[in-house]
Amino acid sequence: MNEPRRLKEFAVAADAAPLIEFRDVGVTLGGQTILAGIDLAIGRGEFVCVIGPSGCGKTTALRLLAGLLRPTTGSVLYRGEALTGPRQNIAVVFQDYARALLPWRTAAGNVALALEALGVPAGERAERARALLERVGLADHARRYPAELSGGMQQRVQIARCLAQNPDVLLMDEPFGALDAMTRQSLQDEVLGIVAATGATVFFVTHDLEEAVYLGDRVIGLRPHPGRIGIEEKVALPRPRDQLTTREQPEFLRLRRTLFDFTKSAKS
Amino acid sequence: MSAASRIPIGAGGKAVVVPVALVVLAELAIRLTGFRSDSVAPPSEVVVAAIQALTDGSIARATGETLASAFGGLALGGGVGFALGILLGSSAVLDRLLDFSIETIRPVPPIALMPIALMVFGFGARLEIAVVAFAAIWPILILTRAAIAGIDPQLIEVARALRLGFGARVLKIVVPAILPRVFVALRLAAGISIIVAVTVEITVNPVGLGYAIMIAGQSLRPALMLALLVWIGLVGWAVNFLLLAAERSLFGFAQPRARP
Repeated sequence: MNEPRRLKEFAVAADAAPLIEFRDVGVTLGGQTILAGIDLAIGRGEFVCVIGPSGCGKTTALRLLAGLLRPTTGSVLYRGEALTGPRQNIAVVFQDYARALLPWRTAAGNVALALEALGVPAGERAERARALLERVGLADHARRYPAELSGGMQQRVQIARCLAQNPDVLLMDEPFGALDAMTRQSLQDEVLGIVAATGATVFFVTHDLEEAVYLGDRVIGLRPHPGRIGIEEKVALPRPRDQLTTREQPEFLRLRRTLFDFTKSAKS
Repeated sequence: MSAASRIPIGAGGKAVVVPVALVVLAELAIRLTGFRSDSVAPPSEVVVAAIQALTDGSIARATGETLASAFGGLALGGGVGFALGILLGSSAVLDRLLDFSIETIRPVPPIALMPIALMVFGFGARLEIAVVAFAAIWPILILTRAAIAGIDPQLIEVARALRLGFGARVLKIVVPAILPRVFVALRLAAGISIIVAVTVEITVNPVGLGYAIMIAGQSLRPALMLALLVWIGLVGWAVNFLLLAAERSLFGFAQPRARP
């Protein structure tokens, strides 16, 4: 960590050294280039949102960070070391919550799965799972099965399962894409609250431009074929953010416009 | 699942109209025509024979013998099939290595193994269990392997992201994910096991319901023979009913319940 790193202009962070670094990363799957020449540094505690048209490699970038995929070229570094596989302190909230929860386990049981993977003693699991569910407002639903929960609740269970890992980094893959607008907004604020409380670094993939601006410290736009960084915008909006006032600020509207123009050009 | 697996009991009584009508018709036809035969008896005599066989304990003993062999063979063959299914489902290399052998052995009718099994085991429960086990392996093996192939890759990804080891992955993700489908295979295999057990008893092994029904036929007691026939049907139905009930109470989570 003592070796000074080349910081990108927008790598604004609490720490000087980036927590996560993509160095000239390329991914080729089945002869198709998904990502090419990705250079990106993410500081500790930073909230980075990634947007871009479908097929631009957003999810692939997230899978690289999750350690579920290795880059074909270049390297992905975490605290200066190459990521070789999934890590305990990097947690993933998958896009399709209905398929990412075990249908035969209750909400508490699904959270406990992460605790089991961490080797938490059986006696402590129930209490810790209950406390984690309470943090996402599901204390009363601990004994329900995923099929008995609404989409928003299922996604909260997944978030609670990630929090069980005590993660330094939260990777979120379009986590609220399938939810209705009201649920989405309340979950956005919950994630912001969790991040403010834990100081976690977030890599948030979304196709909702407003969501990206509302949540992020920085928004990165990818262009497809092959996936590459097309735009980086710092979000100079004060925190805590508010669903009404933040979204009315000129800076919010300016960014929304910039990103809208970008996605339009990226698609064509 | 609900419509296909509905049990005729409690279906508003409509389900029993046809069988009851047929029984009454048979009784009337035989009584009115005065027809006598060595292979057919009027339903009333069948009932009498059934009551007699039920009260003297002969049916209970024969049923016990048949079910013990059927379930013993099911447990053995099912266990082997399940373990092999998990191995083949988890390893593409093993699957390719063994697929040809399995597909050549599988079509062999279990009854065709009887001469060999008889030489190896002699008469008795071991012979019957071995032949039943051979028959029970395949549905469980094939469906376990298919169920593993059908596991949502997302769940495997979750297991990877949570860094579950291979053992924990099999125990906590793979086995619970495939259990509902394996249980369907178990129900299929249970039916096959009873059929094969009775067949073994009819052809070779002098115990159980199969032997009893053959002896009744050969000693020209059609009423007892038909009573045993109905009884075997009832036993098969009851086993399926119990397994179906177990399936529902075990895997009820699979169906979303009404949300408040």
